[in-house]
Amino acid sequence: MKALQQRAADLKAEAQRLHKQVFEPASIAPKVTTPRADLQAQSSKLTSLEEAIRRSGLKDGMTVSFHHHFRGGDKVVNLVVDKLAEMGFRNLHLAASSLTDVHAPLIEHIKNGVISRISTSGLRGELAREVSMGLMDEPVVFRSHGARGAAIANGELHIDVAFLGASSADPLGNACGYSRSENAKSICGSLGYALPDAQYADKVVILTDDLVPYPNTPNAISEHHVDYVVKVDSVGDSSKISSGAIRDTKNPRDILLAKQAAKVVVASGYFKPGFSIQTGSGGASLAVVKYLRESMIRDNVKASFALGGITAHMVRLHEEGLIERLIDVQSFDKVAAESLKTDAMHKEVSACEYASPEEPGSATHYLDVVILSALEADIHFNVNVLVGSDGIIRGAIGGHPDTAADSALSIIVCPLLRGRIPCVVDEVTTLITPGATVDVIVTEYGIAVNPRRPELRERLLAARLPVVEIEWLRDKALSIIGQPAALPFGEKTVGVVLARDGSVQDIIKAIQP
Amino acid sequence: MQRLRRTMMFVPGNNPGMMADAHIYGPDSIMLDLEDSVTLAEKDAARLLVYHALQSVDYGQTEMVVRINPLSTPFGRKDIEAVVRAGVHVIRMPKTETADEVREVEAEIERVEERLGCLGRTQIMAAIESALGVVNAYDIATASKRMMGIALGAEDYCANLKTQRSQTGDELRLARETIVVAARAAGIDALDTVYSNLNDMEAFRAEVEFIKTLGFDGKSIINPRQIEVVNEVFAPKEKDIQKARTILAAIREAEARGSGVVAVNGKMVDRPVVIRAQRTIELAKASGLIDNEDF
Amino acid sequence: MKPSQAGTLESGDIFIQVFPADTDGIEIELDSTVAYQFGEQIKKVILETASELGLERAYIEAVDKGALDCTIRARTTAAIERATGKSIFDV
Repeated sequence: MKALQQRAADLKAEAQRLHKQVFEPASIAPKVTTPRADLQAQSSKLTSLEEAIRRSGLKDGMTVSFHHHFRGGDKVVNLVVDKLAEMGFRNLHLAASSLTDVHAPLIEHIKNGVISRISTSGLRGELAREVSMGLMDEPVVFRSHGARGAAIANGELHIDVAFLGASSADPLGNACGYSRSENAKSICGSLGYALPDAQYADKVVILTDDLVPYPNTPNAISEHHVDYVVKVDSVGDSSKISSGAIRDTKNPRDILLAKQAAKVVVASGYFKPGFSIQTGSGGASLAVVKYLRESMIRDNVKASFALGGITAHMVRLHEEGLIERLIDVQSFDKVAAESLKTDAMHKEVSACEYASPEEPGSATHYLDVVILSALEADIHFNVNVLVGSDGIIRGAIGGHPDTAADSALSIIVCPLLRGRIPCVVDEVTTLITPGATVDVIVTEYGIAVNPRRPELRERLLAARLPVVEIEWLRDKALSIIGQPAALPFGEKTVGVVLARDGSVQDIIKAIQP
Repeated sequence: MQRLRRTMMFVPGNNPGMMADAHIYGPDSIMLDLEDSVTLAEKDAARLLVYHALQSVDYGQTEMVVRINPLSTPFGRKDIEAVVRAGVHVIRMPKTETADEVREVEAEIERVEERLGCLGRTQIMAAIESALGVVNAYDIATASKRMMGIALGAEDYCANLKTQRSQTGDELRLARETIVVAARAAGIDALDTVYSNLNDMEAFRAEVEFIKTLGFDGKSIINPRQIEVVNEVFAPKEKDIQKARTILAAIREAEARGSGVVAVNGKMVDRPVVIRAQRTIELAKASGLIDNEDF
Repeated sequence: MKPSQAGTLESGDIFIQVFPADTDGIEIELDSTVAYQFGEQIKKVILETASELGLERAYIEAVDKGALDCTIRARTTAAIERATGKSIFDV
């Protein structure tokens, strides 16, 4: 081998062949000798919100995105949109994983032209009411969590700048929904719905109220995806993000529904060692796990995993050895958030890994049983979880259509009557989850099985469960409450419900005030 | 067939929300209350609610009972007028101490029934809630052919005895046993008092097992969550059901032979054993353990 | 006849207030959680009940929380009984 200097000609020749430059020793930056604790505080990513927005290259008409893991306590959406308004942005498309009743201040920003389009899984409160009455010229686009993940991944929903709140982050952007520091303020657990945004948005801004030293590992969002980190006073009101403990419903009707649904699971044929289960939000569906637990212990049936919104009940069964693994796209309470932080068998997944219709490996595809709530179901087993009986949007699609479609058995628990409002009707107000994917509807007056599943019906009858025809439930409701008058919908379209494959599944018309 | 009365669920008579769907939890009887759970100022409104609910709500096979105010109050007569008109199955008398009180209520019921042309439709049950009531239990139980049962009301009874309720229930022993014996002697049902601590379902279960052993037909309950426990306790065991099936099969066989002598494995079966077997089968049906078609 | 009221604002109930009126007829002011679907039906039941009880002139305010017809009938009757001092169960 020749000496280094004598190899210069060879280097040049090889560089030319590879279309590369020859290494220049003087190009190396002087070595930084600052202690690393001081250096990370000077991270170029660390900046103010206004500066982050400016540097992100955001322009009028672009798409900004948010997640809803801080639920009713979220402060990020309002904080950022206030700033965007102050900076004079207009015609923005707000693409949130969901919006709740704390987002009522968006009404003003819509009226002022700062926000002109919204994509979300759900709307609640005053914003939902205003939208339902025709606030926006452009209809709100509703997608399920799985469909949103897929749309972001395949480019249909392109995000220019994602503003993602995090319970902790380091100056380089490693972020998660919990914190190991003493200054932890706003804990939400999984950041599953924010992960597609982090991965696919052109620019990603992390907002955190707990800036911790590098490295903030294990992390949910990797610094690799993060462009800017903004320290704020508070990302969320902790007391409204999630409750501290198991919320046991005391409502006797919810308990009745939960017990019946648990019996359906046990009798369904899917209650076998290694089965997998998910429960949706709502007192009755969450409580099913509590009653299923007794059967799991008695029959020594252990689950391989529980999926979805993870609750304290699920964590308890996991810790008792009844559920092997937890797959968590959203932590419903502090017990679940704490478990996610400390337990390696409690895995955080993105909305794509959770329920994307375009990923054959998404967890919903390997789900045996899902128990879901509903605002309304109809005699064709279609389900509505979005628009209330008064025609006003009051819910979220969530993972409802994803889990119903992909699971082996989908069970809807809903009371036949809520006060004087019937929940089994001729036709749902808005089609969210198609009847072709719904198998069983459990009500306090009886259990209806989709005629597509005659074998299920036989199994439930053999278990002496009160199986009735869905039409009988509809008639029963009418006999108690009388025939309701039709809702006064107008002509203007205020919402579009996209199916899991991106097609237009239903539209929501404005309701007369 | 003898009606099962394992659970009699108390529902306040001035709460329309609870009255509308109390039957979905499957109690054997529902007791709509016009007495202790209704304030003096709301007696009229509760009476009207109960009157309309009884006529409009489809309670299915559930036995409908209304606890009225005593005739010694300004409300008792109107209560009887309203609920007999509404077609109630059973009027429950509170704080019953003498057979005469039963006969007074019976006279009021008859007056209304005569006018409506449905004489004999309404049954009576009496709650015994004092020392005098316990002493007179048999007289009360036999005071009218309308009597379908007597029940213990423990709170007032304990106050009257100058004691209070304990975990063990020792203070209720004489009352409970007296009421069961009086009911059996009169050929009517015996129902136990309520258990109010909803947070201790195990103690509740123990109490239900105890009163079942004493011979009670069922228990008064205050919350739907208690129904499952009572039904579980009263559900016959598998081996008892098998035994009952054998005995009833032997009866049918004897009937087919035109013989009055029923024998199982060569041993004659006594009348009480037959009755117990029949009750076991009824309980098993009600508990969903066997199908109706079986018998 | 004196002003009266009956019922509660709890779910499944209806709160009825009856006031004397100067002009003939029954005027009803209804606020209901199920106004779209059952507003007309609720007014009809109140009106029927009032007319069965022989009430000819009154102003009735009703705040409904999803009450069933039988409850509306019971509460309306109670309020009118309290206003007139006459009971349908007088014996």
